[in-house]
Amino acid sequence: MNPLRRTLLAAAAAIVLKPLAALAATWNKDGFGAKTTADALKTLGATQPLPSKDLLIEAPEIAENGAVVPIEITSNVPGTTSIAVLIDKNPFPLVGKFDFMEGALPFVKLNAKVGETSEVRVVAEARGKHYVATQEIKVTIGGCGG
Amino acid sequence: MAGPMKMRATLNGGVTDVRVLMTHPMETGQRKDPDGKLVPLHFIQNVTLKVNGKTVVESQISQGISRNPVFTFRIKGGAKGDRIEVSWIDNHGETNQTETAVA
Repeated sequence: MNPLRRTLLAAAAAIVLKPLAALAATWNKDGFGAKTTADALKTLGATQPLPSKDLLIEAPEIAENGAVVPIEITSNVPGTTSIAVLIDKNPFPLVGKFDFMEGALPFVKLNAKVGETSEVRVVAEARGKHYVATQEIKVTIGGCGG
Repeated sequence: MAGPMKMRATLNGGVTDVRVLMTHPMETGQRKDPDGKLVPLHFIQNVTLKVNGKTVVESQISQGISRNPVFTFRIKGGAKGDRIEVSWIDNHGETNQTETAVA
């Protein structure tokens, strides 16, 4: 056993492993693995969100292609720090959660897969409270097949 | 190997719109290939938006996001020349990033 070699190896390991740890960002495994909206909402701490008219969803009422459904969300709820998007009827309803820090507006536009006609449910968090808005999207061709 | 990304950041009436496109299959793990074998789950999990080096949006996403994801984010204010960076990491640990200046 060569002590110098040990030290060098440990130093090398520290250099290599540290950036890897920094890359491993937060990902809500339980929320994204939940098969129902209710279970996903539990992991967000939002079991009883308050319906809000200040949470705006812009999405097509009828989507011809469920593989790419544009959904635009704006929160006018003061102090919004996060927006979560759920598609109730998808096999795994939670499709995304967006945390907004100082400098960002509580807005996001994304494309989601919508397997069948479903409510899209948007949950915003503001000052420790959760707010919800929904809109139905009718799908003529599903988005989860080939 | 991660495919190319495209990004545009435009200042419009005090708000900067950042539109970013990522090349990624976003496999749901439920699709079958032509031989009838399930294509394994492969999707982006995290997307981070930084302005001049400071994180302003942290996203967690699922396989429910469409293939070749496109996102639009909005930044309060901003100035021409501000440096915008977007990076992602997927469930295989692959990453990619791109940067642009606000126009």
